[in-house]
Amino acid sequence: MGDLLSLFINSVFIGNILLAYFLGMCSFIAVSKNVEIATGLGFAVIFVLTVTSPVNWIIYHGLLAPGALAWAGFPDLDLSFLKFITFIAVIAAIVQAVEMVIDKYSPLLYATLGVFLPLIAVNCAILGTSLFMVERHYTFIESIVFGAGSGTGWMLAIVSMAAIRKKILYADVPKGLEGFGITMIIAGLMAMTFMMFSGITL
Amino acid sequence: MPEEKINYREIVTRGIWKENPVAYQVLGICSALAVTVKMSTSIVMGIALTIVTAFSSLIISSLRKKIPSNIRIIVELAIISSLVIITDQVLKAFFYDISKQLSIFVGLIITNCIVLGRAESFALANRPLASFFDGIGNGLGYSLVLVTVAFLRELLGAGKFLGFNIIPQFIFDAGYQNMGLMVLAPGAFFIIGLLVWLKNSLPGISKPETYK
Repeated sequence: MGDLLSLFINSVFIGNILLAYFLGMCSFIAVSKNVEIATGLGFAVIFVLTVTSPVNWIIYHGLLAPGALAWAGFPDLDLSFLKFITFIAVIAAIVQAVEMVIDKYSPLLYATLGVFLPLIAVNCAILGTSLFMVERHYTFIESIVFGAGSGTGWMLAIVSMAAIRKKILYADVPKGLEGFGITMIIAGLMAMTFMMFSGITL
Repeated sequence: MPEEKINYREIVTRGIWKENPVAYQVLGICSALAVTVKMSTSIVMGIALTIVTAFSSLIISSLRKKIPSNIRIIVELAIISSLVIITDQVLKAFFYDISKQLSIFVGLIITNCIVLGRAESFALANRPLASFFDGIGNGLGYSLVLVTVAFLRELLGAGKFLGFNIIPQFIFDAGYQNMGLMVLAPGAFFIIGLLVWLKNSLPGISKPETYK
């Protein structure tokens, strides 16, 4: 249990998917102008990550990993090179399914999240989490915790950035640095703050 | 029908400097930064991305009249993923050490906004050869930013250039120290921010950014 908690804390703060691995920057820059929208997108990312990470784990270890098809009579088969295309297809399919379910049962939530769901399918953070999950040899339970942790870390980063950018509107930023430039520098300062947690082990 | 004259050179240079994808279109920042601690990895990453963008633009543009528009994203992703798989396998076969260092970031070329962005905005509307050169131009523009960032990070963070020590020992003896910050993630953010500032302030090309 302690290991899982430690993994969660690690993926939220120290190994923050956005600030330490630079994943999901596109939507981070584009959507961090408004706190409410950032929060909505953050929740959508947490949800999609928590679902896709274990589903991809099952598919990878059940079908693609070296020797995974031994039950079907192919003990030497190694399909792991197919992981990129499989993961992206799984992610796109899950995002589509989630969108349809939300639309059917909760129109209110759909009105808030609906526009962001298609954006998420091509968010690097989602594919990156699944690939990290394979690369770091996580177990099934760890893959769920890692997915949820990465999503939470991403949301924390984008919501704080949206709040900071709201304040920055009133600041006198040098011309030329306005917009994208200052956003990157703020992200750098945030990344430094998040690294402060790196001494913590549970 | 007379072939209309297409200026390929113009298409290539446009991607490299005038409409540089990282600086102006705010695309592809994702994977641009994590591999920039060292020059060697970022050069390989830049080459890989240039090849994938060029060929995906070429293939998508050749198929542009066959792809139904409502499922085009899926088709584009399938083409891009296949090219990335090939690139990854080639890297594993011939540059195993570097492919280990690039780890998941080769795979993330699939979700790199530049590749899909060029496919959507250029390849779907232009001839195959023009799209191919557009892909090369944008890929090289991306590599330029990547290598610049990597150059600064490797020089300031480790005192090296492509793995060789270039800061002489007497400077260290005089009290110079490597800047640990540059090796870590925040260094990349600062460098990109400052590069954008520099690029916007250069005379002649300072077009106001459309990004708000």
